Amino acid sequence: MAKSKTNTEDYLTMYRQMVRIRTFEDNANQLYLSAKMPGLTHMYSGEEAVAVGICEALKVTDKITSTHRGHGHCVAKGAEFKEMFCELLGKEEGYCRGKGGSMHIADQSNGNLGANAIVGGSMGIATGAAFSAKLLGKDDVTVCFFGDGATAQGLMYEVMNMAALWNLPVIYACENNGYSEYTRTDEIAAGSITARAEAFGIEAHQVDGQDVLAVNALTQKLVDRARKGEGPFFMELMTYRYHGHHVGDINREYYRSKEEEKDWKENRDPIIRFRSWLVEEGIASEEDLDAMNAEIKQDAADAVEYALNAKYPDVSEVDMHVYTDIEHALDRDTA
Amino acid sequence: MRNITLSQAVNEALAEEMRRDETVFIIGEDVAEAGTPFKVLSGLVEEFGTARVVDTPIAEPGFMGLAVGAAMTGSRPVVDLMFGDFIYLIMDQLCNQAAKTHYMSGGKLSVPLVLRTNLGATRRSAAQHSQSLHALVAHIPGLKVALPSSAYEAKGLMKTAIRDNNPVVIFEDKLMYNDKAPVPEEEYLIPFGEANIKREGTDITLIGTSSMVQVCEKAAEMLAAEGISAEVIDPRTIVPLDEKALIESAKKTSRVIVVDEGHQSFGITGEIAGRINEKAFYHLDAPVLRMGAMDVPVPFSPALEDITVPTPEAVAENARKLMSGEMIHAA
Repeated sequence: MAKSKTNTEDYLTMYRQMVRIRTFEDNANQLYLSAKMPGLTHMYSGEEAVAVGICEALKVTDKITSTHRGHGHCVAKGAEFKEMFCELLGKEEGYCRGKGGSMHIADQSNGNLGANAIVGGSMGIATGAAFSAKLLGKDDVTVCFFGDGATAQGLMYEVMNMAALWNLPVIYACENNGYSEYTRTDEIAAGSITARAEAFGIEAHQVDGQDVLAVNALTQKLVDRARKGEGPFFMELMTYRYHGHHVGDINREYYRSKEEEKDWKENRDPIIRFRSWLVEEGIASEEDLDAMNAEIKQDAADAVEYALNAKYPDVSEVDMHVYTDIEHALDRDTA
Repeated sequence: MRNITLSQAVNEALAEEMRRDETVFIIGEDVAEAGTPFKVLSGLVEEFGTARVVDTPIAEPGFMGLAVGAAMTGSRPVVDLMFGDFIYLIMDQLCNQAAKTHYMSGGKLSVPLVLRTNLGATRRSAAQHSQSLHALVAHIPGLKVALPSSAYEAKGLMKTAIRDNNPVVIFEDKLMYNDKAPVPEEEYLIPFGEANIKREGTDITLIGTSSMVQVCEKAAEMLAAEGISAEVIDPRTIVPLDEKALIESAKKTSRVIVVDEGHQSFGITGEIAGRINEKAFYHLDAPVLRMGAMDVPVPFSPALEDITVPTPEAVAENARKLMSGEMIHAA
């Protein structure tokens, strides 16, 4: 594993956050399989080192934009299980009062500007948040999470051009999990992904997205430099999604083999790798980590139970929050 | 009271709000030194600098998306979209992002953004620089839509839009940029959702938006000479819509024509006519008539273009027909 200058507490926080994401997703998948969750969801399992490595290099006031595969970003940027499961189940106490669901889940108070269900849809928003920071004289940095599939969208190139022209403090984080929905990335992406950023004069890095320390070390450096006005930057994080495009994508052998999935899970799992490193370096014992895992598992079970019993929003909420200043959008003056 | 052009009115509104609130900035193509092709923004970059009057590459979705993110994080962008026709380019950022962010976040995030653009045919600019597309955005919950009909409205509505915490789209009539109207020296704002009765009347109501308010006023003049008393109402904003004022007028006069420069089918005229039918049906002596732009792409040739847009003569002619009962059993 790559070396980093963080301390023991930071290492354990990174481990905890990765396990929290995996545990959250395992529970979300169960909620789907047992038909207790409305709709579909896109699992982040396998990509934990990306969200955690990046978000652990950010301050609470730094911003992120997330994607349809956004539970991991949400947890990593500081969200709680209870409000997250409530959102997944469409309950009033969810982060978005049940109006967003899995694809729009975000703890806004921690600088998460929302998960976006339009592939590549948040690239402008992230760039604009960076523009705002510069205009208003704040030192916030924004990280824009997106997948390899989003690199096919034109918006990305429009805003990278502006970010480079104006030296905006934004980091474009491309989570390359090898698949653009149900299609291999090499079938949809010509040439090199990092070279596209480099064409705008943006410094671009490719990093092992299964190595949380490597991701964190690189992000720390780039965030510090972006804060000093040296941005924007681009990162391509090589990773893998364990599940299908969404939880209902079960039979996927027509686009990838079970052997390939097995190889990533057994030999490149970000949590297993980091755990071995923590034990080898004497930072934590197997027992310590098992205890932490058990505690997280219990937290998740409690949060799921809470969310299942929590109340739905009152039907009167349906036309609330359409406008900031009109309590109920459908109340019209009738003559 | 002094008379200034609509262009100057918009310019003043922006300058006043930028002086009042340093989080307000303008972004778009050729907005700085060029002051836009219509010269509406001339002089602003000299006062506020290039950090707040931002020239962009020709990349409408990009700068629109950037503005949404800026609005979510403490700034108040005024996006300049050179032609209303380009709204198709920014639909995702406007309708999927800006319009829905407040709702999807359960009220936690907001997008205080103004999109300034224009509408209006008869400039011989053909099908991609002449459209009036306000109905498209009025269809999307979460957006507010203002349609100033003179310099006075242009200034007052723009100032309100900039202070609004929601995404607001303002369509200026590009044929009206050099039209002068009385505009007070002292500060004023025009609240959204309050229609303006431009002319009182008793026989028929002419509801006009934007460029069509003048058309309705001219038609009312012609009708007055024939002894028909027409009331002219300008809704000023179509979202929110002052339904109460429109319905009260319909009840009073019992006949209504709705005139708007968007395409007639599935448009503003149909929406307003529908609401009046639902809420003033027993007061009506004739069907509510819709007059929108012809349902064709805007043609270049003057011989063709001029017949695509409602004229005072056509509005007056329809009013006469309604008054005489001719349209009641129209097929």
